[in-house]
Amino acid sequence: MIGVGKIKHYTNLLEKPLSRGRQEVSLSAFAFLFSELVQYNQTQVDNIAELERRLEDAGYAVGARVLELLCHREKVADSLEKGTEHEDEYMISEKELLVNRFISIPKDMGAFNCGAFVAGIVKGVLDSAGFPAVVTAHFVPMEGQQRPRTTILIKFAEEVLRREARLG
Amino acid sequence: MAPLAPKTGDAVFASIDHVNAELFTLTYGAMVRQLLTDLEEVEEVNKQLDQMYVGYNIGVRLIDEFLAKSNVSRCVDFKETADVIAKVGFKMFLGVTASVTNWDAEGTSFSLVLEDNPLVDFVELPDTFQGLHYCNILSGVIRGALEMVSMKTEVTWVRDMLHGDDAYELRVKLLKQIPEEYPYKDDE
Repeated sequence: MIGVGKIKHYTNLLEKPLSRGRQEVSLSAFAFLFSELVQYNQTQVDNIAELERRLEDAGYAVGARVLELLCHREKVADSLEKGTEHEDEYMISEKELLVNRFISIPKDMGAFNCGAFVAGIVKGVLDSAGFPAVVTAHFVPMEGQQRPRTTILIKFAEEVLRREARLG
Repeated sequence: MAPLAPKTGDAVFASIDHVNAELFTLTYGAMVRQLLTDLEEVEEVNKQLDQMYVGYNIGVRLIDEFLAKSNVSRCVDFKETADVIAKVGFKMFLGVTASVTNWDAEGTSFSLVLEDNPLVDFVELPDTFQGLHYCNILSGVIRGALEMVSMKTEVTWVRDMLHGDDAYELRVKLLKQIPEEYPYKDDE
């Protein structure tokens, strides 16, 4: 089956100790790789929505595994807020999202947001942890700032809310 | 103003921003998976990673950053180039050093050996994809970067840990030096 390579766990791979020595790579290495990922996907799709969808899927795969590795970001996000309109919505916002730092959007792509990749990661993490949700990324223009903030909107599924109420 | 001394690989790596290596590894994995799903043929994927998009494209842009951040002066010969790639280049971007071995008699071909490779943490190749050069992006990057500094090279895989070998070995062969061409003439 395609793409199974990363989830097959043979005993020898599991026995390998989690590498502690090297935990970081340069930011630019990641930026280059990410930009190629976006560019490649651009050639495969016809419109922005599809491009975002593909990035989200890629991010999802990352997220599912990130949880498995018990990874955590060194920098906490700028803020976590609860949405005012709906009970089931939460927002994480970041002034300069890592993936958007080195990417500029050409005019004809308008509303496209590479944060879709990060939204996918968050969705993957939440799903694997047992908190299914719909996760999307949005640009929020801010007064007096050149670049808009990026907000990740998390809308939890019904069953999560019901469960929380029961545990309440 | 006196020229800045070239920085060692460690010094450069320490001075730049970092990102969690696992994020990097997983993003690369997601990319390879997408390619496999779209292209289906292992050989096609190998080619994309190296030639067409990915690797080569990254290489031609990476070299700018490399030269800017590391302050290396012009390499005297190919041997120096090899050392610089292994010690400074790899360290600066991937946080690991490679070693240079197996120079051929004319000094135009060498091997880069990597024991530690952040691209392949937690990766195993299933049987159906044994022909896949998972790290082919590296050969494209090296080729693209060297071409931007006037060296046309051929980069091939000799050893691959995902295929059961004990290390990653890339063979880099200098095909020819391209003299720098300026896009305009002085008298126009």
